[in-house]
Amino acid sequence: MSAELGHVFLVLALGMAIIQAIFPMIGAARRDGRMMVLGPPAAYGQFIFTVGAFLALTYSYLQSDFSVAVVARNSHSLKPLIYKISGVWGNHEGSLLLWVMFLALFGAMVARFGRNLPKSLQARVLSIQAMVGIGFFLFMLITSNPFDRLANVPFEGNGLNPLLQDPGLAFHPPFLYLGYVGLSVAFSFAIAALIEGKVDPAWARWVRPWTLLAWVFLTIGIVLGSWWAYYELGWGGWWAWDPVENASFMPWLVATALLHSAIVVEKRDTLKSWTILLAIIAFSFSLLGTFIVRSGVLTSVHAFATDPERGLFILMFLALVIGGSFLLFALRSDRLQAGGLFAPVSRESGLVINNLFLSVAAAVVLYGTLHPLLSDAILGIKSSVGAPFFNLVFGLLMIPLVITMGFGVHLKWKRARLKAVSGKLKLVTLLSLLAAFMVLYVTYGGGIMPVVWMGLGIWLLLSMLQELANRIKLFKVPLKNSLDRLRRQPRSSWGMSLGHLGFAIGLIGIVATSYWSQEQQKVMPVGDSMTIGEFTLTLDDVVAVAGPNYTAVRGAITVTDKDGNHYMAYPESRTYVASPMTTTEGAVRTTLSEDLFIVIGEMQGSDRWGMRVYYKPMQVWLWIGASIMVLGGFISLSDRRYRIGSPQGKKTSQKNKGKQAHAV
Amino acid sequence: MQFKRFLPLFIFAGLFVVFIIGLTLNPREIPSAMINKPVPEFSLPPLKGDGVGLSSADLKDTENIIIINFFASWCGPCRVEHPSLEILGKMDGVKLFGIAYKDLPRNSISFLKSLGNPYAKVGTDLKGRTAIDWGVTGTPETFFIKNGIIRYQHIGPIYESQIAEKIVPIINELKEESGS
Repeated sequence: MSAELGHVFLVLALGMAIIQAIFPMIGAARRDGRMMVLGPPAAYGQFIFTVGAFLALTYSYLQSDFSVAVVARNSHSLKPLIYKISGVWGNHEGSLLLWVMFLALFGAMVARFGRNLPKSLQARVLSIQAMVGIGFFLFMLITSNPFDRLANVPFEGNGLNPLLQDPGLAFHPPFLYLGYVGLSVAFSFAIAALIEGKVDPAWARWVRPWTLLAWVFLTIGIVLGSWWAYYELGWGGWWAWDPVENASFMPWLVATALLHSAIVVEKRDTLKSWTILLAIIAFSFSLLGTFIVRSGVLTSVHAFATDPERGLFILMFLALVIGGSFLLFALRSDRLQAGGLFAPVSRESGLVINNLFLSVAAAVVLYGTLHPLLSDAILGIKSSVGAPFFNLVFGLLMIPLVITMGFGVHLKWKRARLKAVSGKLKLVTLLSLLAAFMVLYVTYGGGIMPVVWMGLGIWLLLSMLQELANRIKLFKVPLKNSLDRLRRQPRSSWGMSLGHLGFAIGLIGIVATSYWSQEQQKVMPVGDSMTIGEFTLTLDDVVAVAGPNYTAVRGAITVTDKDGNHYMAYPESRTYVASPMTTTEGAVRTTLSEDLFIVIGEMQGSDRWGMRVYYKPMQVWLWIGASIMVLGGFISLSDRRYRIGSPQGKKTSQKNKGKQAHAV
Repeated sequence: MQFKRFLPLFIFAGLFVVFIIGLTLNPREIPSAMINKPVPEFSLPPLKGDGVGLSSADLKDTENIIIINFFASWCGPCRVEHPSLEILGKMDGVKLFGIAYKDLPRNSISFLKSLGNPYAKVGTDLKGRTAIDWGVTGTPETFFIKNGIIRYQHIGPIYESQIAEKIVPIINELKEESGS
């Protein structure tokens, strides 16, 4: 019964979306308030019905109702509760439902928190939001209905892919989708602005928190996925430039650029059409990701049931949304007049350069991702580019980006002096050179790139710290005053500082783990030992254990470091009941200086086990850095100026508010 | 000046065309480097006993279309395609040979005993050296040979639905060539 109810809810939500798409748009054009006010209630209704549909599907999963096709295909009655729930979105149909639910959520949030927007702008934003929603509702109802029933009901389901039965992956898609879908708000604002023909600092101030919110979620989603790949797959890597990873990374790069260019619009009333374009592109990349994952045009380790028919539907939808937006952009963006001018050396220029590199980086990732398709479709040659291409080109692009970051934060708006900034950074540069030399000394013979990168990472970190120190006049005024200033820093500046510091810390971790990782493999009988780096591992015992829906072998390993300290590690290799598939549960010990990652593999011969050990220096810095970036995002979101729904920040005379914001 | 504003649209239009073409292509299809090359020389032991189980000499048969199937008892998809092989093995003018890839002979034997043996002859490629010469990317993989020349390579299992759609037309095409 619940599946039918869910189906009905989905159709009702589509109805709401149609109302929300049509009336507010016409109302805004005719300045008809009665039509515009239909927007918010329709948005609420759409959200409530979509949540109803989602709950109905969740109920089918919880009941293990195998008459529902997706449940039978993806669930199993023995599965732990959390994976019954996460199984809802662990497949094509369910993940689409999650996607539209978030889309409706953001629509409802614009309705709720955007009450202080100019009425016509809010109406248009809601309408665009609903148009995107209609596409997805139709896509689900026509090609991928999650509520389809099976004629022959199986006794037991197929089970969820064991690799996906992991808390990291349970939460990875929801965050990723919140990020993808969150970008739809910036997109809707951009299209609405093109229709209205007006972009001003107030517009940017509305758009920024939404972009930031989406960016934070996207960051969390990407990092969770990467973290999951790192500890669950047991291959010692955290990023593989897989098309689907790239599909999440491209919108992130563009959203990062958008976040920065919107500041320029907000503070200096310029870079308008560029910002609009970025908002369109960011969401286009989100949609493109959906297409890449679900159409089967590229091969990827991420297994969604791919289907060319679905692919065609999404592609037509993409053509309509993206093509339409770009057409609108081409026709209307000349109405957006540039405001403030700025000198070649200024904060604005720094942000423009940052945007340039981020966009080129996104273009490079796009090219690399589509390369197999481009070469097959245009030249008829099967070929692909892999990690070496991405690492090289992307790495080269990151060097100037990092330098721009380090300098940029010290630049003044409108006009700055490069000399003054390099003067400020003298000490920082000196210290990082020193650090680089130390790295060179310690790792001598290990190549020059890790030294350069480590030096850059440290330089960036110090430069950001120095910027914070300058802001609170550390050592220039008595310490107590400095601490007072620190406390009084607006939350948005904290966001900026933490975002950049987190990036620097993450970068240092990436450099260390990318260049200095070690890996050892050995087939060992019980009692045998192996060494990696400074550690000695002894396999003490291997026992069989049973979990709720799997059986496993568990190794007991004593790890001893060079000082004689030791600890026990218990890696597992699990075989699942429902699908005869083995997953590794590596034993990871994390410290600030390194991760030691032990994986036990298959039994070789009668009593020997294949063991793999990874030594990953400073791996945890990456996760810490990313967490700090996310924290910075949340703190910035809580800034009074941006607080979503804070009426004070948005009422009346935006120009004056903007001026005050400058002064802070 | 106006052109600049249309640039994103043009780029997207280009990508759109590529995507449309992309939907008709199969990225998992790997082209074979072995097509229209003579079969590599090899000589493999049989499943039981000594001597020669299967060698390149067996493939020089000019009367029949030769099908070589690389299989292994440990390979799941090989079980899936087994019924298709039973059908192919019984076709007229077709000779089906098997090569057991990196598989212990006793395992291959019990595999063929439980499912049936569709092969006229089987060789065992325990070390996988012969498979390398053939450019095998994995099991199962099937080669279609005419007059000692490799004409078609099928990667992955041959599903029963593919026999009528794909395999029979290929065999017929190869057969007709001999008439001309």
